[in-house]
Amino acid sequence: MTATDAPIAGQIPPDSRRCDPGEVPALSIDGVSHSYGARRALIDINFAVAPASFTALLGLNGAGKSTLFSLVTRLFGIQAGRIGIFGHDIGLAPGEALRLLGVVFQPRTLDLDLSVMQNLLYHAALHGIDRREARLRAGEVLARIGLADRAGSKVRDLSGGQMRRLEIARALLHRPRLLLLDEATVGLDVKARADILGHVRRLVAEQDIGVLWATHLFDEIIPSDDLVVLHQGRVLARGPVARIIADTGAHDINASFKRLTETAESGNGSP
Amino acid sequence: MSSSIIKDQPTGFSLAQYVTCLNGIVWREGLRFLHQRERFVSALVRPLVWLFIFAAGFRQVLGISIIPPYETYIPYEVYIAPGLMAMIQLFNGMQSSLSMVYDREMGNMRTLLVSPLPRWYLLFCKLLAGTAVSLLQVYAFLLIAWFWEIEPPPTGYLTVLPALVLSGLMLGSLGMLISSGIKQLENFAGVMNFVIFPMFFASSALYPLWRVQEGSPMLYYVCLFNPFTHAVELIRFALYGQMNWVSLAVVGGCTAAFMIGAVFAYDPSRGLSRRGPAGGET
Repeated sequence: MTATDAPIAGQIPPDSRRCDPGEVPALSIDGVSHSYGARRALIDINFAVAPASFTALLGLNGAGKSTLFSLVTRLFGIQAGRIGIFGHDIGLAPGEALRLLGVVFQPRTLDLDLSVMQNLLYHAALHGIDRREARLRAGEVLARIGLADRAGSKVRDLSGGQMRRLEIARALLHRPRLLLLDEATVGLDVKARADILGHVRRLVAEQDIGVLWATHLFDEIIPSDDLVVLHQGRVLARGPVARIIADTGAHDINASFKRLTETAESGNGSP
Repeated sequence: MSSSIIKDQPTGFSLAQYVTCLNGIVWREGLRFLHQRERFVSALVRPLVWLFIFAAGFRQVLGISIIPPYETYIPYEVYIAPGLMAMIQLFNGMQSSLSMVYDREMGNMRTLLVSPLPRWYLLFCKLLAGTAVSLLQVYAFLLIAWFWEIEPPPTGYLTVLPALVLSGLMLGSLGMLISSGIKQLENFAGVMNFVIFPMFFASSALYPLWRVQEGSPMLYYVCLFNPFTHAVELIRFALYGQMNWVSLAVVGGCTAAFMIGAVFAYDPSRGLSRRGPAGGET
């Protein structure tokens, strides 16, 4: 698995992104590397997310998921490689790329002292959406996530699950075509986790949004997902979950991940 | 590269979108300010303590000769009023930078930085918003000071406005530049000791420069090259309907330099990316 799927810089194997011929991927990561001083956080990362698909980015803490998200969202500058969002290079045309992108970061980024509606209106203003349109859209997204009656509530009065749902709603306010979620269910109870994951999967099915879902939780991944396994800054495997399981000779994704990482750490399976 | 998905997406941003963004950032900054009433009170109490206690105590000790823009002898309280106005802006600028460090630690800053509008524009909007908040504080101070017989000419309240905007931008952009270099909130105490107090005391806010020169020629030159001195003098002259061209040039130049430095520091390919993700992130 690891050797045959080794990424080639600048190329994305068609089977991993499942894009139709001629279709531009929602997200393309081509040969991206990143270091913090001497420490290499990402090493030659290559994968793509197809439009209207759910791709899970699986990795343990320290794998490099948040660094990758910071690069995709242009919080960090790209040191090597290229990142494209629907064909727009994040380094060369950040405005065009970022307007197509919605993001939910690992730490909460809501303003706790403002109300639910005020947080949404602020986000809308940052995307140049005028106040009247913003109110309309905010009403829609709040209704969709079941928080319409909490529009005037202070964010600090919401539960953890409600805050996460609000962050997802906020990320969708400017109608992006690609949604990034970095460990969006961390710290939530089982029911809240299932609610949020179900909500995001419905977005893919109903609104044709491409999703990159970073997680370290195996139970959030289902066989029909696309999967990218990230470990110690390297992509160990990518493709449909079922195929990765089959290629590693494992019976589930948990065992498959274990085999991949053990092989990589023993030095035999470096991609 | 093209795709049916992105063909219908607009490119670039209209003027209305830029204005909407500016309004949103100023609105949010104003809301945060209103929600933090203690911040407003402390911003007012600080200069008022200086005015009511410090100035009252020193008025008999420190005589002020007739120096421009004043045309007659003035009480010490009148002399230090422009310095206290600039002090409000200095503290507000540093408070803004403190909130940027806090926002960065808490993650709120990301909401701003992942906006598709140009980053320099977002930072400039943030700066304008901070300046607008400082103007509210300064005019509230002037209102209270009026009852303490700090009575500049009525037109002075209007002519000082552009000077306050410029000095607010300068001090805000300095705060922004400093915030880009602060890794943790705890490090901010150093800003108080190494930036705010030296800038304030080594300036013409509390004593005229000719008095400083008599006491210490070296300190005089430090004061002379301190941009805060020029912010104070710009405000002092504007409050009396006059223009100090040297101060205008210094404050304008420093504003541009600090702003460029802040935009450079917040550039993703330079500033933040050296530090790695926030604690707890992977």
